[in-house]
Amino acid sequence: MNVIVCVKRVPDTETRIRVDASGSGIDTAGVKYIVGPYDEYALELALLTKEAKGEGEVTVLTLGDAAAQETLRKALAMGADKALLLTGESGMDGLATAKALAAELGASEAPLVLFGVKSIDDDQQQVAPMVATLLGRACVTGVASFGVADGKVVCHREVEGGVEVVEAPLPAVLSITKGPHEPRLASLKGIMAAKKKPLEEKPATAVPSRLRVRSLSEPPGRPPGRIVGEGPDAVPELVRLLREEAKAI
Amino acid sequence: MADVLVFAEQRDGKLSGTTREVVSVAARLAVSLGGSAHVLVLGAPGSVNGAADLGRYGAAAVAVAEHDALGEYNPEGYAGVVADHVRKSEYAAVLFAATSLGKDLAPRVAATLDVPLATDVTGIEADGGSITIVRPVYAGKAFATLEVDATPVVASLRPNVFPPTERAAEGAVSTFTPEIDPSSWKLRVIERRQESGEALDVSEATVIVSGGRGMKDPSNWKLLEGLRDALGSGVALGASRAVVDAGWRPHGEQVGQTGKTVAPKLYVAVGISGAVQHLAGMRTAKTIVAINRDADAPIFNVADYGIVGDLFEVLPRLTEEIAALKADG
Repeated sequence: MNVIVCVKRVPDTETRIRVDASGSGIDTAGVKYIVGPYDEYALELALLTKEAKGEGEVTVLTLGDAAAQETLRKALAMGADKALLLTGESGMDGLATAKALAAELGASEAPLVLFGVKSIDDDQQQVAPMVATLLGRACVTGVASFGVADGKVVCHREVEGGVEVVEAPLPAVLSITKGPHEPRLASLKGIMAAKKKPLEEKPATAVPSRLRVRSLSEPPGRPPGRIVGEGPDAVPELVRLLREEAKAI
Repeated sequence: MADVLVFAEQRDGKLSGTTREVVSVAARLAVSLGGSAHVLVLGAPGSVNGAADLGRYGAAAVAVAEHDALGEYNPEGYAGVVADHVRKSEYAAVLFAATSLGKDLAPRVAATLDVPLATDVTGIEADGGSITIVRPVYAGKAFATLEVDATPVVASLRPNVFPPTERAAEGAVSTFTPEIDPSSWKLRVIERRQESGEALDVSEATVIVSGGRGMKDPSNWKLLEGLRDALGSGVALGASRAVVDAGWRPHGEQVGQTGKTVAPKLYVAVGISGAVQHLAGMRTAKTIVAINRDADAPIFNVADYGIVGDLFEVLPRLTEEIAALKADG
């Protein structure tokens, strides 16, 4: 079964974010980029699906600039079969991103399209359900694991305080969260093989953004806190402060 | 075109606590825009309680869409009814709560209406007829001020950020039966399993008791559960990435850039050192308490109150003191 996994190049989670001179972007000097952590979970489930079925191809797709080639190569090294880079801007307007992706995905016959549940940069958590809505396909979000049988996908999703099992007909779009399957590491053999795998590049359908970043600011600093004391003897004073000063309990 | 619509979420007929927050924001925006705040609730016939009460927070009108198939959330069913309702009027803005339901629903509604969506918004102002939005990016390591070039402006608001504000309005409740065809819905929920007692998501909790690697063993979570129970209702357990990665706690509890970003009134970090990606996820909490052995742990840089010490001594004492306080009223 063919599966398409949409991935995004994002700054590593350990990155300290600094606002650049323009005031509306981040200073990218020294920033290390990674494949979106949730996108890696999506890729892992795609590879497991292909392996379970014993046939099919896993394609990784991204919208971005030339630097995103590195992200796609990483995904190829993990085991994806081929990659497609749609060159264009992927900004805050998730609907613009969704339209650019849907223009490509609508023409594909892959029954499953997977996304990470969210990108850890813009964190809008919206592109997967938007793509599905634009294409008129079923969409299940926050899927931890799934199984495919008889033209349907059965998904286990995380909900408040529990688990929900949802069935959707194929073709379907799923957004994947962390589940029981840890993403595999790229092996040296995988990294070598990735260099020879096909990576196609073409311009994305241009969609104007209607949600623009006017300015970016660093989070307001917190007033300096204090160490109330050491060990359990400090507890009564902590409780008093929480009640009388912070009015938090 | 100055009215603001709120999608209000109900569970078992009860309106969610975040509804009052979102209605309060809608009423404030509507005043600035010269319109009024409207609310839409979906549910089974006769099942929705407390709709009229939203008038206290500034809702001029509450429409209840009733249908047997709308008692429980269905993504396609709900998105269709909400989008149809929005199209019937000319709203300046449509607001959701950024709960897990809101995060699933709002993108579908926005895509159906062909307008952009701002998620997990922490600031929203109307000025001279235009609406400006502030939302965290990089899990709170920065905040973006956004301009929206579309009408209506669609946004989901982060729970616990906007205080509910009383502002009397009529709160006139009307019900209607939407035209829907459940047989066309593609998704089918086969099973819902409740694993913990209270269906409270960590991103909606007003108090979070969070544990990290310093807890040493998953069985020690009974200490955190004890503190949670002593603190009363609206309290959820949280976890650091390290303990989720170790399989001690479910990912749904994870706070941080690869988990949930939270803004509770009180965040108690126990045995959490405070990695950059964890701090990003909880630094907008109103009050932060840290309990850690290591006086140099980065968590103390964001904590309002810290106790340096052995959590296995401090935690039972804290639970005891808080339980005594609550018992005294």
